[in-house]
Amino acid sequence: MSETIAKTKAQSLLDWIDERFPLTSGWKAHLSEYYAPKNFNFWYFFGSLALLVLVVQIITGIFLVMHFKPDASLNASGIPVAFASVEYIMRDVPWGWLIRYMHSTGASAFFIVVYMHMFRGMLYGSYRKPRELIWIFGMMIFLCLMAEAFFGYLLPWGQMSYWGAQVIVNLFSAIPFVGPDLSLWLRGDYVVGDATLNRFFAFHVIAVPLVLVGLVVAHIIALHEVGSNNPDGIEIKKKKGPDGIPLDGIPFHPYYSVKDIVGVVVFLIVFSIIIFFAPEAGGYFIEANNFFPADPLQTPPHIAPVWYFTPFYSILRAVTYPLFGVDAKFWGVVAMGASAIIFVFLPWLDRSPVKSIRYRGPLYKGFLAAFLVSFFILGYLGVLPPTPDRTLVSQICALVYFAFFLLMPIYSSIDKCKPEPDRVTCK
Amino acid sequence: MSCDEKVDCGRRRLLLATATLGGVAGVATAVPFVASMLPSERAKAAGAPVEADFSKLLPGQMMAVEWRGKPVWIINRTPEMLASLKKTDAKVSDPDSLKLMQPEYCRNETRSIKPEILVAVGICTHLGCSPTEKFKTGAESGIDPDWAGGFLCPCHGSTFDLAGRVYKGKPAPDNLEIPPHMYLGDAKILIGEDKKGA
Amino acid sequence: MQMKRFLALILLVPLLAMASGPELHLDHAPDRSQDKAALQNGAKIFVNYCLNCHSASYMRYNRLHDIGLSDQQIKDNLLFTADKVGETMRVAMRRADAKAWFGAPPPDLTVIARARGSEFGSGADWLYTYLRTFYRDEERPTGWNNLVFQNVGMPHVLWEFQGDQVLGEDHQLKLVKPGKMSPKEYDDMVADLVGFLQYMGEPAANSRKHLGWIVLAFLAVLLVFSYALKRNYWKDIH
Repeated sequence: MSETIAKTKAQSLLDWIDERFPLTSGWKAHLSEYYAPKNFNFWYFFGSLALLVLVVQIITGIFLVMHFKPDASLNASGIPVAFASVEYIMRDVPWGWLIRYMHSTGASAFFIVVYMHMFRGMLYGSYRKPRELIWIFGMMIFLCLMAEAFFGYLLPWGQMSYWGAQVIVNLFSAIPFVGPDLSLWLRGDYVVGDATLNRFFAFHVIAVPLVLVGLVVAHIIALHEVGSNNPDGIEIKKKKGPDGIPLDGIPFHPYYSVKDIVGVVVFLIVFSIIIFFAPEAGGYFIEANNFFPADPLQTPPHIAPVWYFTPFYSILRAVTYPLFGVDAKFWGVVAMGASAIIFVFLPWLDRSPVKSIRYRGPLYKGFLAAFLVSFFILGYLGVLPPTPDRTLVSQICALVYFAFFLLMPIYSSIDKCKPEPDRVTCK
Repeated sequence: MSCDEKVDCGRRRLLLATATLGGVAGVATAVPFVASMLPSERAKAAGAPVEADFSKLLPGQMMAVEWRGKPVWIINRTPEMLASLKKTDAKVSDPDSLKLMQPEYCRNETRSIKPEILVAVGICTHLGCSPTEKFKTGAESGIDPDWAGGFLCPCHGSTFDLAGRVYKGKPAPDNLEIPPHMYLGDAKILIGEDKKGA
Repeated sequence: MQMKRFLALILLVPLLAMASGPELHLDHAPDRSQDKAALQNGAKIFVNYCLNCHSASYMRYNRLHDIGLSDQQIKDNLLFTADKVGETMRVAMRRADAKAWFGAPPPDLTVIARARGSEFGSGADWLYTYLRTFYRDEERPTGWNNLVFQNVGMPHVLWEFQGDQVLGEDHQLKLVKPGKMSPKEYDDMVADLVGFLQYMGEPAANSRKHLGWIVLAFLAVLLVFSYALKRNYWKDIH
């Protein structure tokens, strides 16, 4: 008896809210009555994992900001205040080391998860009509993420932070006419200095995260408008039951919420192994050289960006020829920018009658594999100092990289595809 | 929880167990974040006990030392000043120091270890301003013709006698805090630590 | 599937393009991270021989509780450059003087063991090799040079223990004048010092790993339950 009264009370509170805010309808639209294809596989974990890492980065970031000081001046011991404040977090702040390692590992984890998520889209043609906007929002998220990572990397004010920022900011000086003034404006000083550190801090903790969160919301709204793609690349909305529910659709909640929890736990296990047993990840997540405070008078013997930037950085270095009377530096910057932005055009470059790799012909499979291999080689070469041999390899790989995109209208339309099934298949 | 045919008992049990474990994980994760806002090792080091030497402090004078960012007063009281405490007994709200604003060893008439030496945190118990010394007595003090000497808080007018006891009818609720302290020598004290290791 | 073959190929790529650069041979530093007596000895050596010129400005004296020292022990034996155990290991020398004497102020050593890591070995390996490969070189202002740190600015501070080494024609070091310690004793002392430097680079390292096992054990249980829950829900889906 009392249970029913309690229930009606809860119900009337819910009704009160629903009259003012779409709580129940929002829950239904996005979770309990959002119908997702039932054949999602391994690759479909990475979207929710990306959301998880975003939350981890925001929360750990908030707590780090409580203790970090974006100040390049030297303290009494001659150490830059920003650098010292990171060590302060690592030693003096209760649990500061854990929060900092979560944030530094989270940065790399973000890129791993997002690269997997993007590759999923390429495997199953998730960028194709009607999901072009989801893809474009996603690519904007990716670009924001790169900016966020770049700005954040300066903050510890170590040697790698400092010289990495120096190199990247100088890329802008390659732009004809306005370049040198532009990079001066970006730095706010003649070298990377306190002004640069403070503005990068502002971008890293306020500006870019705001844009990022907005884009993530847009990405999900767009997804829920058209519905999810699936490993077969066919539209489940074309086959609906008498109740109007797609025959191959299942409610996201509870089916995918319980499934994603398993993915989250597996991810957390890997994440914890790195945080607790190898937070530097062999120098790839936290570089040894970054434990030297920034020194404007001495460049470390070998400067390489963090691993997630290296494929694009390799493309920058691969361009060694001047063109149309403009020097190679400029074209390198153009090529690097193009290599990151070209993904945006995938929906219109792909002319295949099918979406999923399962039904594509050998041409697409071959090109995608070649692209993937060159992406990895470029990434690997980007960590190493350049030699003539390596430059040649990276030039070949850069060509393959761009060929994948630029030749796609041709090879995707003449490829021998298999017929798509009527209904989704569960393998 | 009752189980009938309509409810999948296995599922319900699993759901409950997983949700409990997830909740434990969430709380456990929150602990480091909440704890990170506690005073850091640097703050603790800055808040470590401080030594004060008052061998040059003449009777009737006071000095202040900083402890945990707060002024700690050391007042060398004259016999007349000590005698004034008898007069103020009736005017202060907690004459016998019943409230725990001092360590046990300072819960006495003079609120001190040595009768003449008062050690007190110079922060008003109302809203945290630092009172000013008003050692001049009577009308000359500008407070009250009967004024027996003490302290006046400039923010909201709370007054304290020469043992840091708050006068009745003033906004401050409690006597001035006496910090834990101990004597290292005749005229040398350690503020912030006593024999019990507080 | 074709995918799998390509993935296998990708794993081979790093082997095809192995790094090649000037090879730096480093001796492997013995692990002292669990040996409190060794770490305490390392702390003593550090405070007596390094802290005169090098600071460890993020390291608080009372953090040495980690390696089993009490406040009183720290006060009695190690507290030379500060007067409270809560303070950091600053250096008595003024930076301007240091710059005048050595050309550059000696670097802070708090995180040196982390900073010296490279593809050739851990930071501890580098330090362990560095502190054992000083040799006499009359061309250097200090009279000392080093195998892993060419033209190093620092003289061989532990010289009286190791003795004099010279670099032979065969690029091997030879002990020409023994010090107070045998080579084995000296290596042992350096290992303690390096162990301490490594501990100081990340004092939380031991507790971090300890907590890691607890977290992983908990997540393993959570994985079992969440997987069972997923199986239970998905049995309806065909």
